[in-house]
Amino acid sequence: MLKHTENIIVVKNLIKKFGSFIANDNLSFEVKKGEIFGFLGANGAGKTTAIKILSGLSFPTSGDVMVAGYDVYKEREKVKENIGYMSQKFSLYEDLTVRENIRFYGGIYGLSGKYIKEKTESLLERLKMKDIQNSLISSLPLGWKQKIAFSVAIFHDPKIVFLDEPTGGVDPITRRDFWEMIYEASDSGITVFVTTHYMDEAEYCDRVSIMDQGRIEGLDTPGELKKQFNAKNMDEVFLKIAR
Amino acid sequence: MNRFIGFVKKEFHHIFRDYRTMLILFGMPIAQILIFGYVVSNEITDVNIAIFDKSKDNITQEITNKITSSGFFILHDNLNSDQEIEKAFKRGIVREVIVFEPNFAEKLKRDGKAGIQIIADASDANTANIVSNYTKAIINSYVKNELFAQGLPYEIIPEVRMLYNDELKGVYMFVPGTMALILMLVSAMMTSISIAREKELGTMEVLLVSPLKPLPIVIGKVIPYMVLSFINAVVIIALSYFVFGMPIQGNLIFLLAETLLFIFMALSLGILISTASNSQMVAMFISMFALMLPTMLLSGFIFPIENMPKILQWLSSIMPAKYFIIIIKNIMIKGSGIGIVWKETLILVGMTVFFLGLSIKKFKVRLE
Repeated sequence: MLKHTENIIVVKNLIKKFGSFIANDNLSFEVKKGEIFGFLGANGAGKTTAIKILSGLSFPTSGDVMVAGYDVYKEREKVKENIGYMSQKFSLYEDLTVRENIRFYGGIYGLSGKYIKEKTESLLERLKMKDIQNSLISSLPLGWKQKIAFSVAIFHDPKIVFLDEPTGGVDPITRRDFWEMIYEASDSGITVFVTTHYMDEAEYCDRVSIMDQGRIEGLDTPGELKKQFNAKNMDEVFLKIAR
Repeated sequence: MNRFIGFVKKEFHHIFRDYRTMLILFGMPIAQILIFGYVVSNEITDVNIAIFDKSKDNITQEITNKITSSGFFILHDNLNSDQEIEKAFKRGIVREVIVFEPNFAEKLKRDGKAGIQIIADASDANTANIVSNYTKAIINSYVKNELFAQGLPYEIIPEVRMLYNDELKGVYMFVPGTMALILMLVSAMMTSISIAREKELGTMEVLLVSPLKPLPIVIGKVIPYMVLSFINAVVIIALSYFVFGMPIQGNLIFLLAETLLFIFMALSLGILISTASNSQMVAMFISMFALMLPTMLLSGFIFPIENMPKILQWLSSIMPAKYFIIIIKNIMIKGSGIGIVWKETLILVGMTVFFLGLSIKKFKVRLE
């Protein structure tokens, strides 16, 4: 695939310790521009720690980390301006309307009021949410919240969007819809860095890394990983690594 | 700056859309002050008074008539010596004695001013205060309507003395105490809950990932509560002044400045609590048990500190509300300036700096 050539995330020998506990043990990997990168691992494998470091919330103990071309040590603000983030809680304000949420999140990225307004119109059009733009988030079904949360996370056109278990708790159809949105984002050049517990979703990724006890134990396309671990599907790959 | 304004706006949306928050913010201060105020009733009718007229001229006679015909007072006795004042009060029927100085009318004409002494039985401090305020009001209206109207620019200076309880202990406690309580509640509790809510809902994470720095985030969250706290404080002061006749002897600006200081202190305490709690529930419980109850019980609001066991007295001296109450009482009742309350002010400043420093440190640790 030609489009995935430029490195957008480069991690070399990343180590993060909490006291004597090693959360990330010598991680090294690259993520290509425009790629959908699956970041898998059992609970407590160190995924969240790694995402926090990549998104500038936490400093590594040692190692080099470049995100969107910026050093997470020295250029944390630059990193933050160029990434989007969506957590499993969807992180929208329930007591604000759809429009107000978009307005607010656009605002904290320093976008101008006029730009936000125009982009909101086209976004609402695209999501077919014109009718509910003034409804409170709390009144919407989960699937819609999820779509809005994702749209908000990429509203400022980041180079990379981090999705931390973005499909937790939603039904399979909604999940499928959601992955359509992820593909769209990826096609428009946004790199998607996604963690998930659903192994069928891992199949949708361009490349997948699987972590266990702070280390990356496997990193390749889903097809290669299955070959490498002699497994029928990603589920088996995951179990073989995590056991 | 734009980002910041958007942030503050959002915070106001949170407040105005949650009717429970609104109720706590605006219903409670008013309800509290009215309840505390009316528990010590302010209705007076047919209060027995005595008059000691050392002058016995036409003006003192006119004033006496005004007072006795007002409907609030019944002239129980005319006194003829200073010793009789004490005796009149001791008998327990007379609540107030009005003393005209000798040569009252003559002094008015010669000097343009004369004095009236209003002595009230302050063992029931609330009544004493209301009674003396009514009396003053009648005298003032006499000066305005009768003397000024005739083109006589005279001044009659009422001097109020509270007998038996000249500091009015106990009664006016409810205003400074309620203020401390409400400000603690609004500033510390509401702030900590609102920050904890962002953590609970995961929105804090998104904010921290954004280019907004932690400090503006915290300030943005705190400003609306600061504004509302201040409005609350003003409402409480206004209610206590206009409805309950609590005096504001000292400088109003100074009073408000001290109030603002206490609000800062409470806000920094709220931020500190929020760094230690990840859910609204935890924030609420910490605020309740670490702030509200001690504020009510140990600050001298309800129980006098002097009567507490030694250990509780020590405990009470780490209650910020204690110092605030002392400051407010001094300013409002005694008219003190910074010269009198500098020590308490300094303690509050110290506490603010301490809490703020601690929470900044904890906030940073959380981020790493």
